[in-house]
Amino acid sequence: MAQTLFDKVWEQHIVRQNDDGSVLLYIDRHLVHEVTSPQAFEGLRLAGRKPWHVSAAVATPDHNVPTTNRDKGITDPVSRTQVEALDSNCAEFGITEFGLDDIRQGVVHVMGPEQGLILPGMTVVCGDSHTSTHGAFGSIAMGIGTSEVEHVLATQCLIQKKPKVMRINVEGDLSSGITGKDIALYIIGKIGTAGGTGYALEFAGAAIRSLSMEARMSLCNMAIEAGARCGMVAVDDMTIDYVKARPYAPRGELWERAVAAWTELHSDADAVFDKELTFHAADIAPQVSWGTSPEMELPITASVPNPDDARDEVQREGWQRALAYMDLRAGMPLQQITIDKVFIGSCTNGRIEDFRAAAAMVKGRRVADNVKLALAVPGSGLVKQQAEAEGLDVIFHEAGFEWREPGCSMCLAMNADRLEPGERCASTSNRNFEGRQGMGGRTHLVSPAMAAAAAIAGHFVDIRSWGNDSGE
Amino acid sequence: MQAFTKLKGLVAPMDRANVDTDAIIPKQFLKSIKRTGYGPFLFDEWRYEDCGEPGMDCTNRPLRADFVLNQPRYRGAQILLARENFGCGSSREHAPWAILDYGFSCVIAPSFADIFYNNCFKNGILPIVLDDKIVDQLFADCLKRQGYSLEIDLESQTVCMPSGQSVAFEVDAFRKHCLLNGLDDIALTLAQADAIRAFEDQRNDTSPWLS
Ligand code: SF4
Repeated sequence: MAQTLFDKVWEQHIVRQNDDGSVLLYIDRHLVHEVTSPQAFEGLRLAGRKPWHVSAAVATPDHNVPTTNRDKGITDPVSRTQVEALDSNCAEFGITEFGLDDIRQGVVHVMGPEQGLILPGMTVVCGDSHTSTHGAFGSIAMGIGTSEVEHVLATQCLIQKKPKVMRINVEGDLSSGITGKDIALYIIGKIGTAGGTGYALEFAGAAIRSLSMEARMSLCNMAIEAGARCGMVAVDDMTIDYVKARPYAPRGELWERAVAAWTELHSDADAVFDKELTFHAADIAPQVSWGTSPEMELPITASVPNPDDARDEVQREGWQRALAYMDLRAGMPLQQITIDKVFIGSCTNGRIEDFRAAAAMVKGRRVADNVKLALAVPGSGLVKQQAEAEGLDVIFHEAGFEWREPGCSMCLAMNADRLEPGERCASTSNRNFEGRQGMGGRTHLVSPAMAAAAAIAGHFVDIRSWGNDSGE
Repeated sequence: MQAFTKLKGLVAPMDRANVDTDAIIPKQFLKSIKRTGYGPFLFDEWRYEDCGEPGMDCTNRPLRADFVLNQPRYRGAQILLARENFGCGSSREHAPWAILDYGFSCVIAPSFADIFYNNCFKNGILPIVLDDKIVDQLFADCLKRQGYSLEIDLESQTVCMPSGQSVAFEVDAFRKHCLLNGLDDIALTLAQADAIRAFEDQRNDTSPWLS
């Protein structure tokens, strides 16, 4: 029978079918970071349990690490305790960790693919919702809670109910400058933050096939913002080329066997989906979020919406609350919104292509006077190294950006990088929730090129027409 | 894990959609390496005038008078009534830990975000999905009547209102079993150790690059 990509990978990982319709699902790869793991390790210790398959897990600290003065260590004692707990837990249980002084350290979802730890057709989990990133490799990748982190450590399995499967097609050619991030925001704007609840998403269509692996990761990364269990893209030559020769990828004869198996990892031509949606690439402009939920987003050419136009009472109240929190007026063109800070980085947009795109915008220009801080934070030590080899750090420095050490940084502001109350930020991260980047802070989600251009202009601009003439 | 069987408790209404886990427990509290002690910081940014920090003594912090849980009539509430897509965003289990530590052991909403929903069951919290219209009615009744409480019975899967009207809810059989008995599902999975090993042997044959 014709199968979807999701069905194929799911079936290959069923250890046992339970009577109630759930399955015991085998997990190939488990990424671990400092914030959601300490209580899981504590649970193992209290029960006298050991990791079931210790080499399946790989850890790195990212959420809580400083992005400056690494040589001085972590000054905040509470953060330090948590990072040290990760170090000692990994040492105690024998788990591979790329620690703070390792060039491979970075945001867990940047580090994993970069190391070849994520292979096509795997099941991947992490105590982090943005684990959906790894679906870009045709794998089933799901965020889990701390109790499940403990469960996977102890058993290498999860008890799961099969979600429904939705295919989202994006057909046609993308306009120049439109990224995986814009596609993600556009789709969430259309289907809403609960639009994918209960589903695994497969992104398909010509526009998706044309995306680089890094752009596919940005897209799948945000599947969770649509409420989905996971997001996936079929395996093609792009996937296989990306994985090839990475440190943890198979080699030699094993590589040949793996590639032969991976070429099956796509939905069959006549596979049936529980739901299918189609969008047109030509309709996607650079996107900007205006509110406090990723679904509150619009093309850069639009204006802040009016709550009177909301679909129902609950949405109207949500919009009103968002406008008040964001201090925006209905009807104001998005291009008139001025910003105080800029953040380029995170698991959504902290990879080398993101910094190339941003650097292209700022090269030979200066950050606007009203922008107090512009941060470029590479997703990993290796991304940083590559960017520096290409001279991108110099471009950022000369434009007035700060070039930092790798970590989650101002994506969630657990370290010193944050917004002050009332500050407004153009951010390449994935969440614009109230207080996400600092208490009272206001976040607008955009692509790296859009964030970089906003840093130079001091307000949001349409990168498709900006900079050609004025160098504003 | 604490078992959940029956609960008769006061209801507190959280009347907004898409309440995310960043709002339920802000990031600064995620630095703790414990499972307990998050209750005083539940909804920290909405609840207090100042900015909370881990380890703070909350007894004298300035409260936001307009925040629902600060109203005396909802003190001691054990059931949280919420709107659609409750618990969206970050996977942090600190969110259900904070909800439980505060004193809630049941959340009722028209829909929940997946990971949060799952995390609740792992911590002895019962998340109940009810139809939009019934949730609307519960909000209206709860606002109208001081001391509004509900009776939840997991065994019979019913929510009983003060009027005597009762509505049924769905819950997955395995999750119900674990919650009723306070079972640790790791032990249950480890009982399948032979099946897991057999799976691994077969995987090593068919996909040796994964082992
Ligand atoms: S970069 Fe942001 S979203 Fe990604 S893992 Fe870190 S905190 Fe989470």
